[in-house]
Amino acid sequence: MSAQSGVTDAWAAPARTVHTALAVGRRRRLVTVAALAGVVALIAVLSLTLGTIPVSPARLPAVLAGHGDPLENLAVLTLRLPRWTTGALVGIALGLAGALFQTTLRNPLASPDILGVSGGASLAAVTAMLVFHASGAGVPLAALIGGAVVAAVIGLLSWREGFAGQRFVLIGIAVAFLASGGLSYLITRADVRAAQQALAWTVGSVSDPSWGETGLLAIALVVLVPVALWLSVPLRVLALGSDAAHGLGAHPLGTTVLATAVGVALAAVATAVAGPVAFVAFVSAPIARRLVGAGGLQPVASALTGAALVTAADFVAARLGDFQAPVGLVTGVVGAPYLLWLLTRKDGAIA
Amino acid sequence: MSSPRAATTLVVCFVALALLTLLSLALGAQALSPAQLVHALAHPFDGDQADRIVIGLRLPRTAVALVAGASLGLAGAVMQGVTRNPLADPGLLGVNAGASLAVVTAIGVFGVGSASGYVWFAFGGAAVAAAVVYAIGVLGQGGATPVKLALAGAALTATLTSIVTLVLLSHQDVFQQFRFWQVGSVAGRSLHDVGVVAPFAAAGALLAIIGGRMLDVLALGDDAARGLGLNIPLARAICAVAVVLLAGAATSIAGPVVFVGLVAAHAARPVAGHDHRWLIGLSGVIGAGLLVASDLIGRFIAPPGELEAGVVIAIVGAPVMIALIRRRGAVMSA
Repeated sequence: MSAQSGVTDAWAAPARTVHTALAVGRRRRLVTVAALAGVVALIAVLSLTLGTIPVSPARLPAVLAGHGDPLENLAVLTLRLPRWTTGALVGIALGLAGALFQTTLRNPLASPDILGVSGGASLAAVTAMLVFHASGAGVPLAALIGGAVVAAVIGLLSWREGFAGQRFVLIGIAVAFLASGGLSYLITRADVRAAQQALAWTVGSVSDPSWGETGLLAIALVVLVPVALWLSVPLRVLALGSDAAHGLGAHPLGTTVLATAVGVALAAVATAVAGPVAFVAFVSAPIARRLVGAGGLQPVASALTGAALVTAADFVAARLGDFQAPVGLVTGVVGAPYLLWLLTRKDGAIA
Repeated sequence: MSSPRAATTLVVCFVALALLTLLSLALGAQALSPAQLVHALAHPFDGDQADRIVIGLRLPRTAVALVAGASLGLAGAVMQGVTRNPLADPGLLGVNAGASLAVVTAIGVFGVGSASGYVWFAFGGAAVAAAVVYAIGVLGQGGATPVKLALAGAALTATLTSIVTLVLLSHQDVFQQFRFWQVGSVAGRSLHDVGVVAPFAAAGALLAIIGGRMLDVLALGDDAARGLGLNIPLARAICAVAVVLLAGAATSIAGPVVFVGLVAAHAARPVAGHDHRWLIGLSGVIGAGLLVASDLIGRFIAPPGELEAGVVIAIVGAPVMIALIRRRGAVMSA
């Protein structure tokens, strides 16, 4: 009954049915993207207005334009806006990174947290914290370098007479385990307080953003997002299989390497800013695909799902009470049951 | 035909495992001569120092490593077969996360303070989590398909891990104990603990061997398997129960040791080919060897202390796995 099953059945049917089915699919995608954008906007309004200093939503445009009173400025511009912006950008980056990984490597389990990229970033950051007692900008810098180095190592090790996605994934998992072994070692050997702080970092948090880091993330997104959007067409050709893609004039190797590199860059930058926010990269694309009712990269829907997930989770995290829960905890608790619920439904595209 | 080669490899692996077991009994902070070892094993209750080291310390940890390693190796091969995903790991069904949450509850709520005390909690948590993942997989469209099992397992793992981390971040005393369980270790357990979980591991091993034959048929694809008269839901259920018993047993005595199942199955695959019974059997022996070797290496790698087997397996296992993957060249078999 769903649009998806309509599309699948339609391939064997007359051209007119194909046309109708494609139109239905396109409309569902547009509606989904619009609805997701609406959800992100709604969360933005809630996040910026609610809190210990309530600001009326009607006053929000004026405050954002710089015409608020000092109290409103403090609440919205100083406290809430940086946090929401960072959350949204981190969500976009992770959602897109996960979609790129899963589509390119053709495995629903392939995401930066399961391959070693987030693990490498965490290991580097925790080493910086526990061994070198770094703080401030040193920790994100270490994470960025760690993520990039680990991704490069995985890429080099998996390069053998060409690039095979399967090999990249397996070596990525091996490296992820290596990183998690190192992390366990550091966490059992350190003083319990320091270890607990390190554990908190490895969960991922956007509660204390700096405009410098967020700005860097924004610049990275300006460069990387257009590339990801452009990649969705060659990736769809690639999904037809390597031979067919060659026949259609695509460059499978170049596309695969570029898509993986963009995914790594997005994940590494987001992890440097917020820590490895659990689960966003893994879950955004499957949720987006089920909402759109079609396979493929779905870059816009995945990015918006990521943004909605992180900002909604941080909205909850910031208002849980005395205990300042890192956002990564809430994404796991909120995002995962939603995916589980989607899995139990009767319709929707699988993976 | 890979069977003669697989049989030879199996014999070689068994011999290597026997040697590793003897080394594990003999070596450590105080090395024992072969004569001392034989004496200690032949007259266990003489009460001299060698006896106490062998019977009291090294025999239990070697037994834990053997049972946990073999269970994880068997479970890894079954898991990869049933999900048709070479990335699948016994932890994927939510087993490790379920056990972790149960152990955190044991420490935080019931005040349990020893590795032996965690055994039943860990086993129960692992079983409940795996049952939930499997139930979710069965509910949706098309039954428990490989992709849905994998996604549901990862999703439940994320939820449970978040809850565990929430408790650990807000309760320092629980974290202080839990971090030493979580790292994965075979030390500090008793032979009694091994005896408690061994029946579960044995039942799981039996089911895994039965399921292996069905996995051969399942590997042809659902339609072909159905055409050949296989009851697909029953086959998947048998395999899932085997994984729960095996991974639950391993996790409850050794903690959430990662990687053994994954690396053992990958090491066995080039030899066993597509015959799942050889694959599962070999993977079990290799898994046991890996964990015994990791424990042994951990005793010497960081003097004067020891490194937990869970850390060693990650540090030693990862390069081994990378070498295996690279050697196989461009063509990969799932």
